[in-house]
Amino acid sequence: MSSRAAGALCYHLGLAMHELAVTQSMLDLVLEEANKTGSGKVQKINLVFGELSGVVGDCVQFYFEFLSKGTPAEGASISFKKIPTQARCRECGEVFTPEEFDWACPQCHRVGVEITAGKELYVESIEVE
Amino acid sequence: MEIKVLKDILSANDQIAQKNRALLENKQVFTINIMSSPGAGKTSLILETIRKLKNKVSMGVIEGDISSTIDAEKVKREKVPVLQINTGGECHLEAVMVNRALDNLPLDDIGLLFIENVGNLVCPGEFKLGEDRKVLILSVPEGDDKIYKYPLLFHLADAVVINKIDLLPYTKFDLEGFSLALKGINQKARLFQVSCTTHEGIEDWTDWVLSSMQRRKRTSRKKS
Repeated sequence: MSSRAAGALCYHLGLAMHELAVTQSMLDLVLEEANKTGSGKVQKINLVFGELSGVVGDCVQFYFEFLSKGTPAEGASISFKKIPTQARCRECGEVFTPEEFDWACPQCHRVGVEITAGKELYVESIEVE
Repeated sequence: MEIKVLKDILSANDQIAQKNRALLENKQVFTINIMSSPGAGKTSLILETIRKLKNKVSMGVIEGDISSTIDAEKVKREKVPVLQINTGGECHLEAVMVNRALDNLPLDDIGLLFIENVGNLVCPGEFKLGEDRKVLILSVPEGDDKIYKYPLLFHLADAVVINKIDLLPYTKFDLEGFSLALKGINQKARLFQVSCTTHEGIEDWTDWVLSSMQRRKRTSRKKS
């Protein structure tokens, strides 16, 4: 199945969608890196994603299974490392994890933060044969 | 054997976005990526802007939708060059789609380009297109809690436009609370309150568009 056909199918099934593009890009990156080292099968992909990236691990897994068919990454397992959102108060410098409905600083109660973690979306490493 | 990679998954998209950016800068086209959930008023705001600014600046529009050309037809009636991208299922535009669209637009005749993204508050956030500004529209009936539910887009936006403010008396939308929450998550974002139905607040928005264009022109002159 082409990725476009897969996209159309998943859209009709009501599945989250940007994971398809994310998974395709991840697969391209993994295959390129594996190819560079002249290695054979990819056994494991160590993926890091921030809470704010909105990436759903189950969806990535789902898309990966059929996008990777017939490639050296077929059958590889994916390890998902999720990074929680972290903010730093611009006023007092306090570093904290924002609550669902509260981005105010728990220390000085002012609003205004810098996001210091939670937007990551990268391949940390791959394990090959 | 473990191989360190440490590469952003969307770096391929980012590279194409940079190419788009270089092309648009070279052609002196100021580009705004408009994002919102479906029905918040992306096309309406673009149409309002075209009507307000058509004697001041030449405009063009890229319409992104999963399917149909409904929005492109509306823009075409305003006699503005428009190109429809149908993503065929993808919930966001990617740099490569915009790259193809740019090849088919008369960029020499366009000073201000709107890219209307696919209606979605999650997915477009991750994909840079080569735009100068990201603008997020939130409409009053959607509720003021969306900033907490979809923080990434609100964090990334250069401006947030609250649309359908004529409906404020009929909802519990807390403008003050929203504005405070926005300051918390994004200090640089400008906040506009508009109604594309009553035209209230549109001038504030178009003034910002024009002044942002001017500011970009000044900085690019300095660079060259």
